[in-house]
Amino acid sequence: MSVSQLLIGAVSLAAIAGLAVVPSLVDAYHLALGITLLQFTILATAWGLFSGPTRYVSLATTAFFGVGAYTVAVLGEQLPWPLVLTVAAVIGSVTSAIVGLSTLRLSGVHFVIFTFGLAELVKQLVVWFEVNKSRVLGRYIFLDITQQDIYWQLLALAVIVFAVGWLIARSRLGFALRIIGEDETVARHCGINVTFAKVALFVISAVFMTLVGAIMAPRWTYIEPSIAFNATISFEVVIMALLGGAHRVWGPALGAIPLTLLFEFLSARFPNTSTLIMGVVFLLIVYALPSGVVGLIEKIRQFRRGSAAQGSGT
Amino acid sequence: MTNAVLTGLVLGGMYALIAMGLTLQYGVARIMNLAYGEFLIGSAFASYFLFTGWAVNPLVGLIVIVPVSFVVSFLLYKIFLTPLVRRARTRDALEVDSILATFGLMFIVQGILLTMFGGAYFSYSFLAIPVTVVGEVLAMNRLVAFALAVVLGTVLYLLLTRTRIGTSIRAVAVDPASAPLVAINVPQLSALAFAAGGALVASAGVLISMFLTFSATSGVVFTMKALIVVVMGGIGNLMGCLVAGMLLGLSEALVATYIDPGLTIAVNFALFLGVLLVRPAGIFGRGGR
Amino acid sequence: MGSSTKRRAVGLSVGLAMMAGAATIGWGDQAQAQTSVKIGYAISRTGPAAGGAAVTSIPNYELWVKEVNAAGGLKLGDKRVPIEVVQYDDRSSAEEAAKALERLINQDKVDFILPPWGTGLNLAVGPILNKAGYPHLASTAVTDRAPELAKRWPNSFWLLGTSADASKTLVEMLVKLRGEGKIGDTVAMVSIADGFGIDLSAAARPALAAAKFKLAYDKTYPVGTQDLGPIVNEVKALNPDTFIAFSYPPDTIAITEQARISGFNPKVYYTGVGTAFPLFKQKFAANAEGVMGIGGWSGDSPAIKDYLARHKASAANGAEPDRWASAVTFASLQMLQQAIERVGKVDRAAVIKDLQTGSFDTVIGKVKFENNMPTNYWWVGQWQGGEFYGVAPSGNAGARQPILPKPAWKTQ
Repeated sequence: MSVSQLLIGAVSLAAIAGLAVVPSLVDAYHLALGITLLQFTILATAWGLFSGPTRYVSLATTAFFGVGAYTVAVLGEQLPWPLVLTVAAVIGSVTSAIVGLSTLRLSGVHFVIFTFGLAELVKQLVVWFEVNKSRVLGRYIFLDITQQDIYWQLLALAVIVFAVGWLIARSRLGFALRIIGEDETVARHCGINVTFAKVALFVISAVFMTLVGAIMAPRWTYIEPSIAFNATISFEVVIMALLGGAHRVWGPALGAIPLTLLFEFLSARFPNTSTLIMGVVFLLIVYALPSGVVGLIEKIRQFRRGSAAQGSGT
Repeated sequence: MTNAVLTGLVLGGMYALIAMGLTLQYGVARIMNLAYGEFLIGSAFASYFLFTGWAVNPLVGLIVIVPVSFVVSFLLYKIFLTPLVRRARTRDALEVDSILATFGLMFIVQGILLTMFGGAYFSYSFLAIPVTVVGEVLAMNRLVAFALAVVLGTVLYLLLTRTRIGTSIRAVAVDPASAPLVAINVPQLSALAFAAGGALVASAGVLISMFLTFSATSGVVFTMKALIVVVMGGIGNLMGCLVAGMLLGLSEALVATYIDPGLTIAVNFALFLGVLLVRPAGIFGRGGR
Repeated sequence: MGSSTKRRAVGLSVGLAMMAGAATIGWGDQAQAQTSVKIGYAISRTGPAAGGAAVTSIPNYELWVKEVNAAGGLKLGDKRVPIEVVQYDDRSSAEEAAKALERLINQDKVDFILPPWGTGLNLAVGPILNKAGYPHLASTAVTDRAPELAKRWPNSFWLLGTSADASKTLVEMLVKLRGEGKIGDTVAMVSIADGFGIDLSAAARPALAAAKFKLAYDKTYPVGTQDLGPIVNEVKALNPDTFIAFSYPPDTIAITEQARISGFNPKVYYTGVGTAFPLFKQKFAANAEGVMGIGGWSGDSPAIKDYLARHKASAANGAEPDRWASAVTFASLQMLQQAIERVGKVDRAAVIKDLQTGSFDTVIGKVKFENNMPTNYWWVGQWQGGEFYGVAPSGNAGARQPILPKPAWKTQ
């Protein structure tokens, strides 16, 4: 292990430790902001885990997020918390495995719309079940989980999602996925089990989303399908990840953090015209940052390296 | 039974009408327009104000609103979207860019509508009179919308299949890379197709405003409905739009009448997902790509 | 690997810079000298809840602030202190609403908070307001858990009551009408598959059965249904005496339109949220006559007439208030004002105490909470001569006799 790797490790550990003590330093509002930032960072990063290398744009984020939230709403008061999270993760992985297996033939925009339809279908089925079977719509969650707990759980999950992303990128699986993303036919010819690789990654990504939904649910007291399966979340996550740059593990976070803060700033400063301004800012970003934040950073680095390399001739 | 079928057909016609513009914009101009529903709602508001403010019959209002929308869409494509088309190296890249750009556009149009009209619901009554068709009572305004959807669909179909420009447009839809080889001006035709899509969505908005309650924020519902119909029918295929729209409308009406109104939307999505699983490129889509 | 450290450092510093930027937003002066009373609210300007908020909450919040400030402000002790408003858009999301309220409490340090619109959002912000000790006057939330919530959060007041009560009152009225020989036994009921429709229909079902009504049709439809024709046609074929739709505004309009076109004209025609909206009157004009719906007010009371006129003069485009939660919302603001003025200073605990125990003069009459809930609600209203009068419970002051059977639809 080289010195620089040790250094990265030390810096990351210090950063995690620093973030972990945040709740004791800030007020409830900044804690809430921290929770939102972590939520979107995890969701966008998890989205990027699958969509980055495979280039499949998925709008199913909210389906898994909602499944997690609903698991908590149904089981939250009956089981101990770690068990609830486990159940949520299991349900999320089973659902995503089924979806993953059934969507393999789709590509491009068909996959996009399919995943959107899927999220709606899950929502409608939950509604129908609640209406006709349990005869309640809207469930109450009264759990003894504080905002700090939610923050720490999300932080832990964030660490795991980055670790998993880092490991995948360095594994055979990650390599296989990048080849799939470049050209699926070539990947097949190389003897890569395309099906397995895609489904495995889809499931991993979905489990993270499910867990975020489950962890966030106790924050709202009340869950109904329109809250849990809010389609806006899917769109926001896609936009954040694409803006950041989904082909790097840390790319989506670079979109999620500034955009969350931007939304927050706009809805606070311009409550009446925030939508309009958000749209304008958005267009500016799209035109000014053609390949996302990651692209910008890479361009700067290339430029620097280019000027540095001129002397050495590499 | 007749009633459910008729209601389903009329509803299906409406779905097809909503989707026709998008199939041109997405199929030919390659712009996945997430602001599509906002344009629909914008025209609905225009029609509302022409009708309530100056007592302009919405069908007459079409004569004003549709050309305006054509021009606005044309300029939009030329000014805002052409740079994206130029810089995109692959189709995937353009898809990502157009999603991002039109998402911003969606916010802008919605923001303008919100500042102008607030968030409240709007609705007006026009041609809300019963008509009897094969012994069943239907609403005149829905029937008119259906008839116009059929007319627009037919005219468009004939334009696309029988005229030179239509053939060129279809060529762009099939293979934008090779179209220039046979002296087709792809950028110009794409702009035209996008503008024509804008004109169609405006007419859909006007017709729908006659019988649906809408608000400044209800656009996204229509965007998604349109996307579903377009993808289900096969991107860029008008016939597919019509068939997919009808399938959705009929299934919705039949399920509501014979099974359970609570399952209509679920069945719609199940049908959509089912079609895609069997035919990944949509009903009339060309397999693979 | 040094480059990757650099990358991360760039990311981190961008994030930190943005966070620092956000932290400074909203740091205004902190009104320690009480030169103003800071009132904050987060309301749905966008998203699915925007339609309701735009009709019921926003115009009343604005009207109240305008009127209080025109009078010189809230009376604290012997001086008047103007209201300063801080407002956010919660984008119809529970998470955003929660965050916005935490911001109002911790960043803006507002003195009082007005609630968001709708049941879901009010429940989402309940624990936050409770923890911070702010009075929570939920004027747009209908939930069966209201009595329990009022116990759990003693700072919360549930002004619209419970859906069980709503359904019970409706059925009681039907029983009375049947006793008078005005209607028969058959009832058809549809409900929207959302919290409101489910709660109300779940409460109505056993109540109707207990009263020996025959429930000929009982179905739900999902949010976003574009054509309610099949439902109305099927119900029409069953020819019920009473039609109940626990619907939301767009469907209330669509069902009524369809009923008119199909010529479905039961003796009792009742629709849900939206019936009391000015939009309903504007759209159906003379055809609104005899339509019943949830809500209502005592339209003959001078206080209500005066409120209607002031609302019209104040709201954008001269919009009228809806005839259900609007007046209740405005009344809740009057109650808050009276409680604050009686306490004479920004002492939230004392204000909560006063709300729990005091009695208040409002546009909807005298209100006194019992267990943090009012004792009177309007549950059934009816359009009569262009006004939506409360008809049930019949014991309420200003209740009108229902007009039965509903007059036939006119062709327009």
